[in-house]
Amino acid sequence: MKDRIKYDPYNLIITGVGGQGNVMASRVLGNIFSAKGYTVTIGETFGASQRGGSVMSHLRISSESVLSPQIAKGQAHLIVALEPTEALRVLSGYGNENVKILCNKRPIYSGGVISGEQTYPEMDQLQEWICEYAGEVWFIDATDEALSRMKNPIFGNIIMLGALAATGSVPLEREDFEAVIEKSLPESKIGINLEAYDLGYAMIAEN
Amino acid sequence: MNILSTGEKGSRHLLMGNEAIARGALEGGISVAAGYPGTPSSEIIESLAKISKDHHLYVEWSTNEKVAMEVAAAASFARLRSICVLKQNGLNVASDFLLHLAGSGVRGGMVIIPCDDPGALSSINEGDTRHFARLLEIPLLEPGDFQEAKDMTKWALELSEELQTVIMMRSVTRLSHASGSVVLGDLPEFGAKAEFRHEGFLLDPNEGIVSSAPVEIKHSQQQEKVKKAVEKFETSPFNTYTGPESPELLVITSSACNLYSREAINILDVKDRVGILKLGTTWPLPEKLVAEHLKKCEKILIVEEVIPFMEENLKMLAQELAPQIGQKTLMGKRDGYLPMVNELNPDLVINAISKILGIEYQAVPEEYATGTLQKTFFGAPVREWIFCPGCPHRASYWSINQVLKLDNNQGFVCGDIGCYTIGTLPSGFSTLKTLHSMGSGTGIASGFGKLKPFGMKQPVLSVCGDSTFFHAAMPALVNAVHNKSDITMVVLDNSGTAMTGFQPHPGLEANAEGNDAIKLDIKSVCESMGAYVKESDPFDLDNTREVLFEMLEKKDGVKVLILRQICALSPEKKGKKMFEMAVDESRCKGEKCGCNRLCTRIFRCPGLFWNKEKGTSKIDEAICAGCGICSEICPIGAISKKEVTQ
Ligand code: SF4
Ligand code: SF4
Repeated sequence: MKDRIKYDPYNLIITGVGGQGNVMASRVLGNIFSAKGYTVTIGETFGASQRGGSVMSHLRISSESVLSPQIAKGQAHLIVALEPTEALRVLSGYGNENVKILCNKRPIYSGGVISGEQTYPEMDQLQEWICEYAGEVWFIDATDEALSRMKNPIFGNIIMLGALAATGSVPLEREDFEAVIEKSLPESKIGINLEAYDLGYAMIAEN
Repeated sequence: MNILSTGEKGSRHLLMGNEAIARGALEGGISVAAGYPGTPSSEIIESLAKISKDHHLYVEWSTNEKVAMEVAAAASFARLRSICVLKQNGLNVASDFLLHLAGSGVRGGMVIIPCDDPGALSSINEGDTRHFARLLEIPLLEPGDFQEAKDMTKWALELSEELQTVIMMRSVTRLSHASGSVVLGDLPEFGAKAEFRHEGFLLDPNEGIVSSAPVEIKHSQQQEKVKKAVEKFETSPFNTYTGPESPELLVITSSACNLYSREAINILDVKDRVGILKLGTTWPLPEKLVAEHLKKCEKILIVEEVIPFMEENLKMLAQELAPQIGQKTLMGKRDGYLPMVNELNPDLVINAISKILGIEYQAVPEEYATGTLQKTFFGAPVREWIFCPGCPHRASYWSINQVLKLDNNQGFVCGDIGCYTIGTLPSGFSTLKTLHSMGSGTGIASGFGKLKPFGMKQPVLSVCGDSTFFHAAMPALVNAVHNKSDITMVVLDNSGTAMTGFQPHPGLEANAEGNDAIKLDIKSVCESMGAYVKESDPFDLDNTREVLFEMLEKKDGVKVLILRQICALSPEKKGKKMFEMAVDESRCKGEKCGCNRLCTRIFRCPGLFWNKEKGTSKIDEAICAGCGICSEICPIGAISKKEVTQ
């Protein structure tokens, strides 16, 4: 373990909406830290995943033991949100004034918002609220970038992983990512995933 | 490369709880695994099916859980090892057979693995299967982490074979669907031979007939086996104590609650005041071991999900032991330290322990907690379950609703279990009016359909998916036909068990292992029963409505409408758009149109949203699946579709 996590255990939450690739992102990250020699525990809440429900993965990275698959209230160190209102939702359970947040700005509307029974907040307002209750925040347009540059919104989650590496919050290197996807994905998919990762990295690093 | 299959002894991997169980079954030398899909259990059978060829396994998605149990039992009677995997409701389905299996005993090791869903994260009940162990009088095990999930599966198989009784190992969502580090063990050589011996002395457990009768003899034999299990439990490495020699408080826990309890003790920093007795063998309790630990202190807190099962058993035991160990205070759910419903988490355990020890604990400052709660209330709309973009069920329910309205006789639909359960919610136009277990929709409809003599005039419908049709709806349909009940059953056939991840079922040409299978045609099955059957593509709204209307008009007997269209997430369809969609902003009049935003307000496919600034609807190209249906919903044709050339 050459590079160390800042807290032990390090509590990371990935959140989003079913279909955004939340579980895949948590698996990739989990495998990366496991390969680095950490003991990783992942808890997933994906009961309604494919059907528009909120999805949340709790990742616990520790140098010691397996931990609870649910983080306790107020104990998150970092939140990766694939959808902005989900960042807010997770803050109210697991946030604290020092928590870091990496947030994709692309909204996904709930059934109630689509039908007009609920309203989706204005993006400026939403960003302001998130910043008010977090220590450090990065907002990026991961889905839009995936759509315009890669023609497929599903790469939004990998773009977020690249961006996460660039924030320097956790010890995550491009080689780590490459090594893990080489084991889990067919060869034809490696290049495009690396491209998404680099794209995300640049979005934070070049700002 | 598949780690479950090739992972070497001693190597460490990040495994999902269900994968750990699958590996444990392999290490335990199973030959047969059977189950019926159900979240959170499905990945166990799926993982084994993928590697069945390499390990000489037979892996089956059975028609329902009772049959799965029978298939697994047959392997055991032929002296092979087997597992049967199901979710909590599945154990109810299998329980009739199980009560007899407990009595008859087994030969090869056989373990049943129910995965419960405390908190009903993906169920419509949170039934606690542990009660079945007591009812059936079979030993119950519960792994307390991921490593144990693997190791315990292997041990359970060995123990079952040794004692010749079926054993139950219960998992929960937070273990099955969570992942953690697991160190692998050895894989045995395979080559077990199947033979069913039946010509010995009638009562010979290895060569006689396999039956739970004569009851008095078999029942007492079963109780002897359970006693032997308890002797093993007394020294089992799955029961562990961590904590001080004489703690102020003893926590007795099992399963995922073990991890919550450890977390709580760490966060409260009370390691030197609180001890944890983690039990892996939870019924019957290992009395001597428990007595040893109860002696340690006066106050005991029992942490478990969902009902106070261990609590009741421990209280009974503590009462019996009182003359030796003195009167103890056992706390838990019955006195309100922990809730009686829903899943637990570290915070609930923190709350209970801090109350008992008189510690002040606040996770975050009050201001932060209320502030974020308020902002979430205003800023993060709750997400109810909705059908996927392009889901055929949305179109099916659209038609059913329109026909019921047109018919105007207060007709209603009895619901069933699958993605189409969402038909109870606005996203399914609140179509379903009853909802219970698998196959119940048609059974209930069959009953409603006989109430005419009591003055009931409403048309009665039921819905059921293709997998559910075979699972439990067929007997209900037989009942309706035989008894001349007046019902219309709508089979929502999307070619797979979509809700749980698209497992095959008897209506398809491939089985769990991907091999050829005999496909049973739902239409012919219904016709041979004597029902009046029609088929339609739910995406053909006009035809579907016409046929359904005709069925409602035709008052007598059982009518079956099969609506066939593949699930939008099926491997064949996923990510491929049939149509490129667009809203013509000059034609969509939105709120000013007579339809008052019919497409987004009522139809509510997430691929289509309301653009407030422009006052028109808009296609969200990141989400739209390109099924084309919304173009037919718009009454003025403002939504256009253009076929995509693949
Ligand atoms: S998984 Fe398939 S059947 Fe289920 S809601 Fe999605 S599209 Fe419909
Ligand atoms: S075509 Fe229309 S109904 Fe179909 S997925 Fe797209 S927005 Fe939804």
